[in-house]
Amino acid sequence: MASLKDLKNRIGSVQKTEQITSAMRMVAAAKLRRAQSDIIAARPYAIKTNEVMVSLVTRTNPDMHPLLRIREPRKCVLVVVASDRGLCGSFNQNVFRRADAFIKENKDKYEELSLVLVGKRSTDFFKRKPVKIRKSVVISNPSYELASEIGDDLIEGYISGEFDELYIIFNEFKSAMTQILHEDRILPVERIESDDEMVKVEYLCEPTEDVLLDALLPMSLKIFFYRALLESAASEHGARMTAMESASGNAADMIEKLSVKYNRARQAAITTELMEVVSGAEALKG
Amino acid sequence: MSDELYMQLDVVTPEKSVLSRKVTEVIAPGSAGEFGVLIGHTPFLTTLKSGQVVAKAEDRDIFLAVGGGFAEVTSDRVIILAESAVLADDIDEKMIKADLDQAQDKLRGLNKEDPDFPRWDGKAREAELKLKVVENWRGKS
Repeated sequence: MASLKDLKNRIGSVQKTEQITSAMRMVAAAKLRRAQSDIIAARPYAIKTNEVMVSLVTRTNPDMHPLLRIREPRKCVLVVVASDRGLCGSFNQNVFRRADAFIKENKDKYEELSLVLVGKRSTDFFKRKPVKIRKSVVISNPSYELASEIGDDLIEGYISGEFDELYIIFNEFKSAMTQILHEDRILPVERIESDDEMVKVEYLCEPTEDVLLDALLPMSLKIFFYRALLESAASEHGARMTAMESASGNAADMIEKLSVKYNRARQAAITTELMEVVSGAEALKG
Repeated sequence: MSDELYMQLDVVTPEKSVLSRKVTEVIAPGSAGEFGVLIGHTPFLTTLKSGQVVAKAEDRDIFLAVGGGFAEVTSDRVIILAESAVLADDIDEKMIKADLDQAQDKLRGLNKEDPDFPRWDGKAREAELKLKVVENWRGKS
């Protein structure tokens, strides 16, 4: 049986851990609240922009703009959005598992598959693996500037033919408890398949189709990345909050069990000492 | 009235969704001139310049000041992606007037080549637009 002192030390260290995890839970909850209001505010614009873009693209000839060109898919880029920090449950593992599956599945389909890694964790995970890394980005603060930076690089790459298809894997924020893992094709833009005559009717464009495509396509891609960053950030804080909550709960359970053990050990020690005293006194009497 | 006489209007900005409701007519400032949309309009996509958007609903007319962007029109819906947009109901005239005065004050001290000029000029125009929209709104309702 563990000695009293050992037990006491363990209780102390578990208590410290509990303090840390519950502090982290509180921090994550505060950050979650901000991230959540950010993403809820950004969603309608991002969704509508995407709708308008898809609707325009569906009505447009792919030769109209370099970003619309559909080429034989030989080279592929996958954007993996994870977090900068760990201690957020299975948040990052889920992303990596999906990315790994994607790579395994599509390795033979493409001549080349490279990754754009967003978040320090994803760089840490993939740098030891035999995959080509196109770019590594640290998030620190999910801003439109960062989304622009990622977007500009990829838009340029697609236009200059460095790759032919672009996919993204990221977590969509549903609630603090649930994240939905998304795997979307960004480029070439998915067209609406529909028999509805209305969908096929060409737009009247003002000023001209060119100007609109030039303005709308890069913008909507960047907004898509911006949304992915915000969704992922909110999901990360949610996942961390949940993970830390259960860690705090586990620590509390552990403290309880250890305390019972400690009290029992203490009582046993006292009983033993008493027995010794009593039997010592008996021996003297005799 | 049957549902078919309405179209869905959505006005969204990067900050939030400003308006989402059924309307009967929309008038918006296209880059090639103001245009009006009724239900059943030909699909149509345009850039917007900053100006006034009027949406006519059954019960009232809704006035908005928008700061440029895109508008997509299909037969039963209009989406306005604006860089900024505010409902006339939400415009605080006093505050906008103060903004306008401040911007005009700054502009007086600057010449056109000054790097700060476009920023303050933009602010002044924005404030003027908002005041005009409120005025029009008051005049109509």
